[in-house]
Amino acid sequence: MAHAEAHAAQAVHGAHAEQQQHPIKLYLLVWGLLFVLSAFSYLVDYFGLQGMLRWSLIVIFMLLKAGLIVAVFMHMAWERLALIYAIILPPLLVLVFVALMVWESNYVLFTRLVFFGSGG
Amino acid sequence: MSAPIKNPAAETLPRPAGLAGLAADWASDQRTFKNVSWGKAMMWIFLLSDTFIFGCFLLAYMSARMSTTVPWPNPSEVFALEIGGTHMPLILIAIMTFVLISSSGTMAMAVNCGYRRDRKKTAILMLVTALFGATFVGMQAFEWSKLIIEGVRPWGNPWGAAQFGSSFFMITGFHGTHVTIGVIFLLIVARKVWRGDFDTERKGFFTSRKGRYEIVEITGLYWHFVDLVWVFIFAFFYLW
Repeated sequence: MAHAEAHAAQAVHGAHAEQQQHPIKLYLLVWGLLFVLSAFSYLVDYFGLQGMLRWSLIVIFMLLKAGLIVAVFMHMAWERLALIYAIILPPLLVLVFVALMVWESNYVLFTRLVFFGSGG
Repeated sequence: MSAPIKNPAAETLPRPAGLAGLAADWASDQRTFKNVSWGKAMMWIFLLSDTFIFGCFLLAYMSARMSTTVPWPNPSEVFALEIGGTHMPLILIAIMTFVLISSSGTMAMAVNCGYRRDRKKTAILMLVTALFGATFVGMQAFEWSKLIIEGVRPWGNPWGAAQFGSSFFMITGFHGTHVTIGVIFLLIVARKVWRGDFDTERKGFFTSRKGRYEIVEITGLYWHFVDLVWVFIFAFFYLW
């Protein structure tokens, strides 16, 4: 692939093995995809989709966009695993925090309904 | 950037790939991030910490929205605009999203040109990125003014749950601050590129060290992160 060529050219330079050089075409492709995905997520709202369909579409488009930005624009796809895991794994632990707060929020809502009466 | 002590064996031996490489890189007394300079590694660590900050903001918003007994204002309507007599839901936010994505695209191009040592193109693309960023902040200022005129305050608003205002001002305010700092960062680095600091190896004002074109990529990391955060804010705050 064109990547291999870019990396080969990079290896020849040697002195700056750290730099990231990738074909412009790839950036343009990702740019276009980000535009399309953003348009899709806007359309979810425009057409007024509701419920699980709305939420799952929003999250799918969000994750795809985030993945493209991190992998290609931030060059994460070409880094070594040592860096990828150091950066990607810790934020996943936030999901534990999310689970805790969902639990807590449900409890807070329950107490509010009980003590403030309905519609508090 | 001071060069690490050269170890001839480490330079010549191929490093293992995959999980074996992960274990080898993290093992024992050595530099962990092998082919990443300190500048870049530290920017990544900073972005990781920033991820937690925005994560906490979004979590606080989630908790407030889940636990309120009062209905949450409908963002689709709150952020709607009348353009030429037609009612467009969420249109300003959509435009802001496209502006920020465009700025990410020009930034990626700038990094590419930087590594090809194309001084003028790099500087111009960075300035275009900064211009998109400034446009974004301007639109955000418009959005804030509009909501404030309509009566949104951190302690209440005309449409529903009082926490809407505090969540909104906190999250978008912090993000807007990041964009503003990013624009300043971009302008500083673009000036250095334009002046040819990285070709003539001019010494930096604070560090007295020679800069490299890698700073364009590090600036880019920060800028793409700002765009990344907006992706999450757009999904969770505006669309949910």
